[in-house]
Amino acid sequence: MAQLQVQDLHLNFGGLTALNGISLSVDSGEIFAIIGPNGAGKTCILNCICRFYHPGQGSVTFEGQEITNFAPHKVARLGIARTFQNIELFQGMTVLDNIKLGAHVHLRSGFFAGGLYWGKARNEEMKLRREVEEQIIDLLEIQAIRKKIVGTLPYGLQKRVELARALAMRPKILLLDEPMAGMNLEETEDMARFILDINEERGVTIVLIEHDMGVVMDISDRIFVLDFGTRIAEGPPEEIQHNEHVINAYLGGSDAAFSKLGL
Amino acid sequence: MPTGLFYTKYQDDEKIFHTLWVKIWMWALLIFLFVCFPFVAYPLSGFFGFSLQHMANMIGIFIIGAHGLNLLTGFTGQISLGHGAFMGVGAYTSAILFMKGGWPFWLSLPAAGLVTAGVGMIFGVPSLRLRGLYLAIATMAAQFIIGYAMRNWTSLTGGSAGLNVDRPSIFGFALDTDLRYYYLILILVIFSTLFLKNLLRTKTGRAMVAIRDRYLSAEIMGVNLFKYRLLAFGISSFYVGVSGGLFAHYNLVVSDEHFTMWLSIQYLAMVIIGGLGHVLGGIFGTIFMVLLPELLRIPTEILSNIYPNIFAIFGTLRELVFGLVIILFLIFEPDGLAARWHTIRAYWKLWPFSY
Repeated sequence: MAQLQVQDLHLNFGGLTALNGISLSVDSGEIFAIIGPNGAGKTCILNCICRFYHPGQGSVTFEGQEITNFAPHKVARLGIARTFQNIELFQGMTVLDNIKLGAHVHLRSGFFAGGLYWGKARNEEMKLRREVEEQIIDLLEIQAIRKKIVGTLPYGLQKRVELARALAMRPKILLLDEPMAGMNLEETEDMARFILDINEERGVTIVLIEHDMGVVMDISDRIFVLDFGTRIAEGPPEEIQHNEHVINAYLGGSDAAFSKLGL
Repeated sequence: MPTGLFYTKYQDDEKIFHTLWVKIWMWALLIFLFVCFPFVAYPLSGFFGFSLQHMANMIGIFIIGAHGLNLLTGFTGQISLGHGAFMGVGAYTSAILFMKGGWPFWLSLPAAGLVTAGVGMIFGVPSLRLRGLYLAIATMAAQFIIGYAMRNWTSLTGGSAGLNVDRPSIFGFALDTDLRYYYLILILVIFSTLFLKNLLRTKTGRAMVAIRDRYLSAEIMGVNLFKYRLLAFGISSFYVGVSGGLFAHYNLVVSDEHFTMWLSIQYLAMVIIGGLGHVLGGIFGTIFMVLLPELLRIPTEILSNIYPNIFAIFGTLRELVFGLVIILFLIFEPDGLAARWHTIRAYWKLWPFSY
């Protein structure tokens, strides 16, 4: 059965229809890309899954559990992690603290034990530090900046820290909202490599929103194409590349569209 | 001699005091505060013209409260203009339990903290919806409601005449002099500072700072906003309640005049001048705010001795300079004294070879 299932999602902002009956299902362990022109409603889907937005109609099911009416902080507990299109890090905290905060739902000690820094709370913090260092910071190659305040870091590194923070949530599914936006070629390749590592080594399902068609076509297993809040195509990359609706949606069917889709 | 810090264990990296020298300085400070200060304080008091011991006690009491407000405003990003009144709740609670209820001091003081925490959490409920200026106004309501209760609930609080409070004793040890009370305050200041520092490097504190920096993504990370905002109000009010309890038994009288809006604003000034979001901020800010008016008294007294006819002008001069200093501080060091302290330390770290 699909790990994440979205059924007949409708979302309206006043008179504007942002999502119009979106249904999609993501299988466990795959890389599922959502693409579409600007304003198509890609981020809206993620926001509905994370419970930022309340869809007017439709349901979201994660591992057989309906989460449409969950509070946002409870969704995190299920193992749904996400990154944001515009970086939403805690700017005043260090990289290390940002990542540690990702593990918030996995920590048990209360404020009193924490304030005394005694016994269980201390051990828990040490264990967390070890986990963060050895499984996340090493993987994402951000050792050199671990003590830096996030607000002082360049954009590309901030994106990487945001991925690290999402990883610290020990997610089952990772929703990435334009992880390569604004990056140069090298940074994009690094990020693509990290995403593949996370997917293959940890078996984390990836839902990816991205405008860099080269990356999307290379790494995704399935692609979902959205335009004006409606699904226009869905399938493996090869199929999407040749899909007439997709080409029309992107550049009105001109020759330039073919080059944009990597043909 | 290593030329940097090279840790081989995560435990070492997570310590509060990293190097040997820092530890030596901390021990030196502790020894000074516990052993030397009482000896120094008395002779110096004559020099300054005010009791240094008394000042130290007041600073200690207000440091605990400032830590509380710093946790709420500096670290969780929730402003409060009700902390003066919350301090009053703590003072009255401890005073009433001690004088009327006959509770021992070691019970009435924590009880003051707990009751204040409860009251603070009630007034913290709007924080889920309100932020910034709106929250400031909502907490200001707490100031007025509690102030009204203190004045008019005569049977409990003694009305505007206030309550007389005795100096307490702890486990048979009478805290009847300023010096003895000083030790109690000092121990509580150290404990509250360490508790705050530890809180901030574990789960709860991180969640609070995350709420301050970006509450929406904190929520996505699984932080229950309502719970942690309320918790911040609770812990913060606990601190300020304990500080109020200490104040009551030190001042020997509590009345509503001590806990007005002015005190709330003073508390805010303390954490802003000291440095919002720095543990040291509460300490520096309080020392500054308590000592400055007293130190400004010295030149004004000298001047008014020379020109006795215009004494009144110099009296207001003190207030004027006080306000001016605060304004200048906010312009030139908006991050507070704690940030300046970090700059100075960073400068001396590599001195004289700073490159």
